[in-house]
Amino acid sequence: MSLDASDIEKIAHLARLAIAPESIERYAVDLSNILDLVARMDAIDTTGVTPMAHPLHMSQRLRADRVVDSDQRELFQSIAPLTEDGLYLVPKVID
Amino acid sequence: MQWETVIGLEIHTQLATRSKIFSGAATAFGAAPNSQACAIDLGLPGVLPVLNAEAVRLAVRFGKAIGASVAHRSVFARKNYFYPDLPKGYQISQYELPIVGEGQVQIVLADGTVKSIGVTRAHLEEDAGKSLHDDRLGGGGYSGIDLNRAGTPLLEIVSEPDMRSPQEAVAYARKIHQLVRWIGISDGNMQEGSFRIDANVSIRPHGQMRFGTRAEIKNINSFRFLERAIQFEVERQIEVLEGGGTLVQETRLYDAERDETRSMRSKEEAHDYRYFPDPDLLPLELDAAFIVDAVADLPELPDVKRERFHTQYDLGEYDASQLTASRELADYFETVARASGEPKLAANWINGELAAALNRAELEIGQSPVSAERLADLLKRILDGTLSGKLAKQVFEAMWSGAGDADQIIEEQGLRQITDSGALETMIAAIVAANPAQVEQYRAGKDKVFGFFVGQVMKESKGKANPQQVNAILKRMLAPSD
Repeated sequence: MSLDASDIEKIAHLARLAIAPESIERYAVDLSNILDLVARMDAIDTTGVTPMAHPLHMSQRLRADRVVDSDQRELFQSIAPLTEDGLYLVPKVID
Repeated sequence: MQWETVIGLEIHTQLATRSKIFSGAATAFGAAPNSQACAIDLGLPGVLPVLNAEAVRLAVRFGKAIGASVAHRSVFARKNYFYPDLPKGYQISQYELPIVGEGQVQIVLADGTVKSIGVTRAHLEEDAGKSLHDDRLGGGGYSGIDLNRAGTPLLEIVSEPDMRSPQEAVAYARKIHQLVRWIGISDGNMQEGSFRIDANVSIRPHGQMRFGTRAEIKNINSFRFLERAIQFEVERQIEVLEGGGTLVQETRLYDAERDETRSMRSKEEAHDYRYFPDPDLLPLELDAAFIVDAVADLPELPDVKRERFHTQYDLGEYDASQLTASRELADYFETVARASGEPKLAANWINGELAAALNRAELEIGQSPVSAERLADLLKRILDGTLSGKLAKQVFEAMWSGAGDADQIIEEQGLRQITDSGALETMIAAIVAANPAQVEQYRAGKDKVFGFFVGQVMKESKGKANPQQVNAILKRMLAPSD
């Protein structure tokens, strides 16, 4: 499968990545190569094989429903660019 | 053209845990902004989510309550999109392998018809934070972000497109709302955002199998708005199609003030969520013991109780469904039904007088000033003939305003019904004698005059004459004398 320039632009936009126009062609080749590898694996007969959701052969540990984290807002907001009345400020977003 | 409406709902219900789904921060409502957002909720580098056992347990309860299969293995996935109230740039949710599979619930329509609505799935996920739009923030041009809600456990319940009218959609949403509170997995508080509804709405010509193009109306937080939003949306779609236009699949927002839905074009491109299994979380594997434990104390479910009320107490489907709206109400009814020995009378009073009084005072059944025991005592006085229906309502009102129990009120206010037939006959004979003109009219065939006499007797007896006896005596005395 080969990706073209518009695919790369769309993927970059969805990931909010700025890509220099001159590198689009290189990304298209690299990503297409990865998809080709996937396509080769796709050709293998996997009938009866449970799809893997995680490389570790373990299951999720659960924690008890206890509140153990206390308020550290001061600390967290000390590295935020802008805050007011306890809120993080971001450039205006409108739905 | 005749159009058919097709509706499916996605309901986000907040699970009643103390801490968040993947962190140990509190979930309490109304805390100071960002005081309950820890490093995990903020998505700071190096943190790892750890799943809350209680959230899993509550999801399992829901699955069992709708007769669904509960997955022994489910997987968490990342749903990727960018929005300032989503710190990680993805929401942890479940996609291909949700914890709860197909199930169904029954709704009872206003005419008593019972209809099954399919639930496609229910999955665990984390909530996002909250954006505040206030022009004064930062001197203008900013939005404020409060991440207290980020990471709050949600169960997203997805229905089949089985509903055919706004009323059915409301009945289904109410049903889920009833159920999640009934089994104790959510407080269902809609003002606080613990129960939010997205409605997928489309129309198609009657008889057509294929679905029409749907619009998704987001974040509806009341049953009344749900009905109005769907109503508006259906009319809009009909107008577009009958005007020769075509519909586009889109997300819309219901504006309650203008009573209309509006397109949210900004969210369109975000629909490419690129889900993939979250490498930070291992597959969730539940053994049989966990599932058995989770549902060991499930109460009798509303549908079962409704059906039992229907058969055991011989109540109509509608009455039975009203009385099982909540566990508290169902318990109240059973107490009154048992203590009075007359389930139907109990149902009539609870769905009638009591429901109306609670409504007027905006109270829940648990806050009723008239306890189940006291209502039963009142009904006993109707059954033994002490009170007529009308006097009973007077006693009820006095009980409601705290004047004591039924017997006390009857005694103090002299509300005992007059059933002494000798006394009634004397009173009625005097009234008949005092109104010869009306007697003549009645005997000449003007049946309506009968009501005049009943009115006179009631006036004379201050409403305390036994109505059945009054009718019988009047009929006898007014009969033509030959």
